[in-house]
Amino acid sequence: MSGLYGALMGAVAQGVLWGIMVLGVYITFRLLNIADMTVDGSFALGGCVCAMLIVNHGVNPYLAVLVAICAGLIAGAVTGILHTVFEIPAILAGILTQISLWSINLRIMGGKSNVPLLKSETIISQLVGKLGTPNSIGSLIIGVIIVLIVVMLLYWFFGTEIGSALRATGNNEDMIRALGVDIRKTKLLALMVSNALVALSGALVCQSQKYGDVSMGTGAIVIGLAAIVIGEVLLGRLRPFYGKLLAVVVGSVVYFIIRAIVLQLGMNPNDMKLLSAIIVALALCIPEAMKKAKIKRDYREGDDE
Amino acid sequence: MLTLTNVRKTFNKGTINEKKALNGINLHLDPGDFVTIIGGNGAGKSTTLNMIAGVYPIDSGKVIINGVNVSQAPEYARAKYIGRVFQDPMRGTAAGMEIVENLALAYRRGEKRGLGWGVTAKEKEIYHDQLKRLGLGLEDRMTSKVGLLSGGQRQALTLLMATLKKPELLLLDEHTAALDPKTASKVLSLTEEIISEQNLTALMVTHNMKDAIQIGNRLIMMHEGRIIYDVKGEEKKKLTIEDLLHKFEEVSGEEFANDRMMLAK
Repeated sequence: MSGLYGALMGAVAQGVLWGIMVLGVYITFRLLNIADMTVDGSFALGGCVCAMLIVNHGVNPYLAVLVAICAGLIAGAVTGILHTVFEIPAILAGILTQISLWSINLRIMGGKSNVPLLKSETIISQLVGKLGTPNSIGSLIIGVIIVLIVVMLLYWFFGTEIGSALRATGNNEDMIRALGVDIRKTKLLALMVSNALVALSGALVCQSQKYGDVSMGTGAIVIGLAAIVIGEVLLGRLRPFYGKLLAVVVGSVVYFIIRAIVLQLGMNPNDMKLLSAIIVALALCIPEAMKKAKIKRDYREGDDE
Repeated sequence: MLTLTNVRKTFNKGTINEKKALNGINLHLDPGDFVTIIGGNGAGKSTTLNMIAGVYPIDSGKVIINGVNVSQAPEYARAKYIGRVFQDPMRGTAAGMEIVENLALAYRRGEKRGLGWGVTAKEKEIYHDQLKRLGLGLEDRMTSKVGLLSGGQRQALTLLMATLKKPELLLLDEHTAALDPKTASKVLSLTEEIISEQNLTALMVTHNMKDAIQIGNRLIMMHEGRIIYDVKGEEKKKLTIEDLLHKFEEVSGEEFANDRMMLAK
């Protein structure tokens, strides 16, 4: 059973680290109603920047994470400018950035698609060295600490004047414009913050799995949406904003546990993306189908009460 | 307070759907003027308000608010001067946010927003008192989501939001048209109360001729993108609906054939 236990611990740790990406997706998808396709590219960008800095330039792993965050901010800004200044639809703007990031990430990695960090110090290997725990436990500890910090920061930020204006932008653009907010700025800011978190997540996942890979972000947006949906189904009743944020991180953990279990049961790992897409599609279809079924069920020909 | 000089706007210029919405609007409002605007469908009433608010750019002419030329300023920049209530009760409030959060957003209309708290404890008291005067019991539901309110409640809230920070100019675009008669009259009397209390300068588009005559100190009739009749003071008070219909036929050379306005008699 230790194989299963190890796989589950690894899944929980991965779920928490990827949960930071899910928080980023939550900002754009739930608060702004944009499915931001940049995510696939900016996640890999975070990982690639971090891997290269650590391996080739011997940069301190903490500093490498900070640089990765900045790279994510820039990626989000590119999508944001395409969308707000040039009015390209958000989905297309994200796809354009995502595709260009593929080439950019390969350039960052010096033309290699995979850079291993096996011999290098990472935030996680430093902790593991001190505590003598397995890599998965070290990743989990770091992940939980950073998730808590991020959730606190987001909770604070979305309670500020700018943060409120940002939430209102996703709620009612006409209204917030009439109240004097330039929604191009709020959308740009949201996309930047979101992709900074995504890149942070990519950098930490890279350090945890000990390699950076140009394709590590492929399908990240779908994982993000799946985790949000799972989190909201399980903990949708949580009312405070920090509760909603923690719920999607829990959703991410559950997603990776499900993934570990079906892989243990012998599912072909290549089918995992199909499964994720089905989870998201079902989650988006079911509420609509239930609504229509209810309308049909509630219909009465007569006017009896 | 507000001066429109020869403002023109054509939609879909150069296409088969070309529509001259405003054909040279000239209008001057003194501080404290409360002007009602009537006219048939497509007369340019709402377009006039939208041009003042900066929803679309104007083709030519000038819009001057309080001495500042805002002809080319974007909508969000003009918000500093203007409070607005829309026809659609859904448009003026953020459904997914709390009543108190909506008020706090409006309290900062046109101001720089920073990293201070979005709602402070001190403000909450102000909002509580302001909500109380609406008489809708909203002061006890300050943390409810606005989406839970009825159309009338949302419109009353929007009106409060538009005037929470005193605007130089208040634009009301048929703001009672989507409400049931009882709620509409309540929101309308609230409107008059707030305008006279704060001595606001306001423009109100309406389809109800009776309201247009009774309310405010000045009345404007529009037709095909022009102001065809402008009356104020004592002369306005003496107007009857028949006068208005007659005036319309005289100036436009057409029968006043608009169901909504005829029904509103």
